[in-house]
Amino acid sequence: MASLWQGYLWPGLIIVAQIVAIILPLLGAVAYLTYAERKVLAAMQLRKGPNVVGPFGLLQPLADGLKLLNKETILPSGANPIVFVAAPMLTFVLSLVAWAVIPFDAGVVLADINVGILYLFAISSLGVYGIIMAGWASNSKYPFLGALRSAAQMVSYEVAIGFVIITVLLCVGSLNLSAIVKAQETVWFCVPLLPMFVIFFISALAETNRAPFDLPEAEAELVAGYNVEYSSMTFALFFLGEYANMILMSAMTALLFLGGWLPPIGIPPFTWIPGPLWFAAKVAFVLFLFLWVRATFPRYRYDQLMRLGWKVFLPFSLLWVVVTAGVLVAFDWTPK
Amino acid sequence: MVIQAIAFYMFAIVTIAAAVMVISARNPVHSVLFLILAFFNAAGLFVLMGAEFIAMILVIVYVGAVAVLFLFVVMMLDINFAELRQGFLQYLPIGGLIGIVLLVELLFLASTWLAKPLKTASPASPAPAADAVTNTHALGRVLYTDYVYLFQAAGLVLLVAMIGAIVLTLRSREGVRRQNAAAQLNRRRDQAVEVKKVQPGSSI
Amino acid sequence: MLVEYLPILIFLGIAAGMALAAIGASYVVARQRPDSEKVSAYECGFDAFGDARRQFDVRFYLVAILFIIFDLEIAFLFPWAISLGQIGMFGFWSMIVFLAVLTVGFVYEWKKGALEWE
Repeated sequence: MASLWQGYLWPGLIIVAQIVAIILPLLGAVAYLTYAERKVLAAMQLRKGPNVVGPFGLLQPLADGLKLLNKETILPSGANPIVFVAAPMLTFVLSLVAWAVIPFDAGVVLADINVGILYLFAISSLGVYGIIMAGWASNSKYPFLGALRSAAQMVSYEVAIGFVIITVLLCVGSLNLSAIVKAQETVWFCVPLLPMFVIFFISALAETNRAPFDLPEAEAELVAGYNVEYSSMTFALFFLGEYANMILMSAMTALLFLGGWLPPIGIPPFTWIPGPLWFAAKVAFVLFLFLWVRATFPRYRYDQLMRLGWKVFLPFSLLWVVVTAGVLVAFDWTPK
Repeated sequence: MVIQAIAFYMFAIVTIAAAVMVISARNPVHSVLFLILAFFNAAGLFVLMGAEFIAMILVIVYVGAVAVLFLFVVMMLDINFAELRQGFLQYLPIGGLIGIVLLVELLFLASTWLAKPLKTASPASPAPAADAVTNTHALGRVLYTDYVYLFQAAGLVLLVAMIGAIVLTLRSREGVRRQNAAAQLNRRRDQAVEVKKVQPGSSI
Repeated sequence: MLVEYLPILIFLGIAAGMALAAIGASYVVARQRPDSEKVSAYECGFDAFGDARRQFDVRFYLVAILFIIFDLEIAFLFPWAISLGQIGMFGFWSMIVFLAVLTVGFVYEWKKGALEWE
């Protein structure tokens, strides 16, 4: 009995506790990201934003959540019920499980797998399923069109993201996320690989269907894209998943290009601040960029979007992979 | 070890159950979704074998790309499913034949493995100890040098696939207007605007 | 190595449980009163005409196929990128040839106009 407790249950409980310690702050961050988005947009448009529920409107996300919980779950008559309900669950689950491999500090990571970056790439390539399934299962025209657009858009930009990741890996020599951060101790990759950083950020916008690439939910033409028919918690799960994905992409940007948990300079006033705080600050900065872009740029047209993905980002990032590899090999700088 | 065994049986059972559902589901979209589930569990089995790179590539390429195409095709094509099922018995002999051929191949493989176990490592390059390098590194060390011809052949296959896809699907339509960004950007003011002095009381 | 994957499996279970619990809770808490108008497909107030699932432009298939090919190319690049230091010049040029072959295909599709949208 004691060995069962020692060997299985206790480690299992520790893992569960760690997972809860990741999920709860993450969901809190998602809730307050929606709040921050409304406040930032309001400030940029000289409005006040939410300010009624609680001091400075700080309880607004909770009120929104409770409201959604109290709404009726509508299953459209023509819909395919199982797929219809599974789609938002899939989106939500995928956006959470990706966090299992994110390192928050040196050694502070739930699953320190060797192929961490591949795992993230795989999870983000699965994100398209939630959308296709929702669009198809709704059996309604707007969701269907939105899902189609979204799927084509996401796969187009995934190619660019793949090449950008390859460039970073060339400079690291490992697929482990902690190793990727440690390789940036001398200089963050956003400095030598600045063009790749920009491409990654823009592709992340497209991958998360954010403005200016939010065609799938273009409210003027498609009403709300693939989630037209969704209500109540099924809609809330889509919403949570989408915002958790935004935070995830920001975290990936921070890990790949902004040195993860590392301070900008490795000298005392900066090293006093613990690593997770640096990491959170970098993620928050990238998220602010997401919001800033949304407040600034008009929406792309679909042909322009595809042109940017296939004819600009793809050749350019491929060329950059070759150039980086060539420089590394020519000067014998390849990581050992 | 117990957890590993439980995980193995879970993945294996779900894989087989999902595979059965792929061929027995009425709705082809459900079939593809079950296929995805089967891929997933196969990836889990690969992880259990220690082949983490292959597992991730399976998810990225098969689930993330190939199955998306399948879904596109199946979802958006207007197929009359009852009609499709008509030919089931007619094709049964051919399907059975292919199944038997595959089974025989599997048996051959199993028998060679039984005859001389432990000699599965390729002679060209003995695999390094599993814990010394990750299997991605191990792959990278041999794939591009020792197996360069196969690697280049893979490249050629991809090229053929790319050209084939374009030849088969591309239809150029007449009368569509496309944006030419370069032309737009190169347009000067004097090409677009002309300033005319207009006298009051007269037209241009 | 396998120990590292166990948390992911547990994580998957917990996340799925949370998603189910959320939908279940809302189903229990909120009043469910569907009627035929409420559950009909949304089409700006009209009754839906025609089937929503219909054929669409072949271009979407083409994008999916091209994506598979480039995804495979990326899959080949991963092991190369992290072991470039060990395989040296030969490995480098071997990949360059591979990429050159695929670039031929890329140029072909560009010239054919497969990347154009209208």
